[in-house]
Amino acid sequence: MDDLSLHVLDIIENAVTAGATNVEVRITDDERQNLFMIEIADNGRGMDKETLKKAIDPFYTTKTVRKVGLGLSMLAQAAKEAGGKFGVQSQPGRGTKIHAHFLHDHIDRKPLGDMAETIAAFIAGNGEKVDLTYHHRKGDQEFFFCTTEIKKVLEEITICHPEVISFIKREIRDGLKSISKRSKI
Amino acid sequence: MKKLKIGDLAKIRDKVRKTAVLRQGKARAKITVHMGTCGIAAGARDILSGLLEDIKSKKLNDVIVTTSGCAGLCSREPMATVEITGKPPVKYVDLTTEKMKKILSQHVIKGTIVNEYALAIGSERTH
Repeated sequence: MDDLSLHVLDIIENAVTAGATNVEVRITDDERQNLFMIEIADNGRGMDKETLKKAIDPFYTTKTVRKVGLGLSMLAQAAKEAGGKFGVQSQPGRGTKIHAHFLHDHIDRKPLGDMAETIAAFIAGNGEKVDLTYHHRKGDQEFFFCTTEIKKVLEEITICHPEVISFIKREIRDGLKSISKRSKI
Repeated sequence: MKKLKIGDLAKIRDKVRKTAVLRQGKARAKITVHMGTCGIAAGARDILSGLLEDIKSKKLNDVIVTTSGCAGLCSREPMATVEITGKPPVKYVDLTTEKMKKILSQHVIKGTIVNEYALAIGSERTH
């Protein structure tokens, strides 16, 4: 994966495969504390203790179409390479939470990449069946985006419509640009 | 915290609503972009993004775009499956945004399968 936004897309797509109807993405970009953090929570079916133990083993997967499960292990590796840490909490029937911490100034920390593209791609494919919230904190500023708010305005029109997806992409791009500009830290 | 531009979104809703009533019954075509770890690493997000832009600019109101997980052929990603109502589904492999554009205009719009990018015709159907 070239950047962290692609890892995020991969993890949230997995959440849908695990039956999630709610997904929350939280990104913290804090240069003062030398911290870059990605947290993802879903309300999918979760994992039992045995599965959880093997969750970041690249040679373990619950899928039947192939024998490797690279999503979580690649993000864990990316965090480790950037002096950070990675963790997963999960319980059957209670969803899964993952967190990946990175040292902000580490030379091997991958760039975040295009979060607007990631969120838009996710909604285009899954927006009708899944609600997503996205919090992004940059220094002392925060951006918040939520699909339930959009669905309310759209009424019977699908959130997956290409016109709506373009709007969402623009909203997120503008929002992230704006917090970057206003942050004093 | 940034506020959502509700007015802009309501305008989009009304515009889409006007075109949506022209649509009779269910969509004529469905395109599934495979979005497993392998697909994403190989560029599936750009394929999906370019496809949506192309559908928007061509004003295609009868085409659904969706995503799925890994299809088990990681070395041929990015992949997409095109399903036209009443026709066998076609799996396209090793995609680029340019190839996807050609598939949209030749296969989805004109009904001619792009044989040079197709891996299989007539596998599983979801539409």
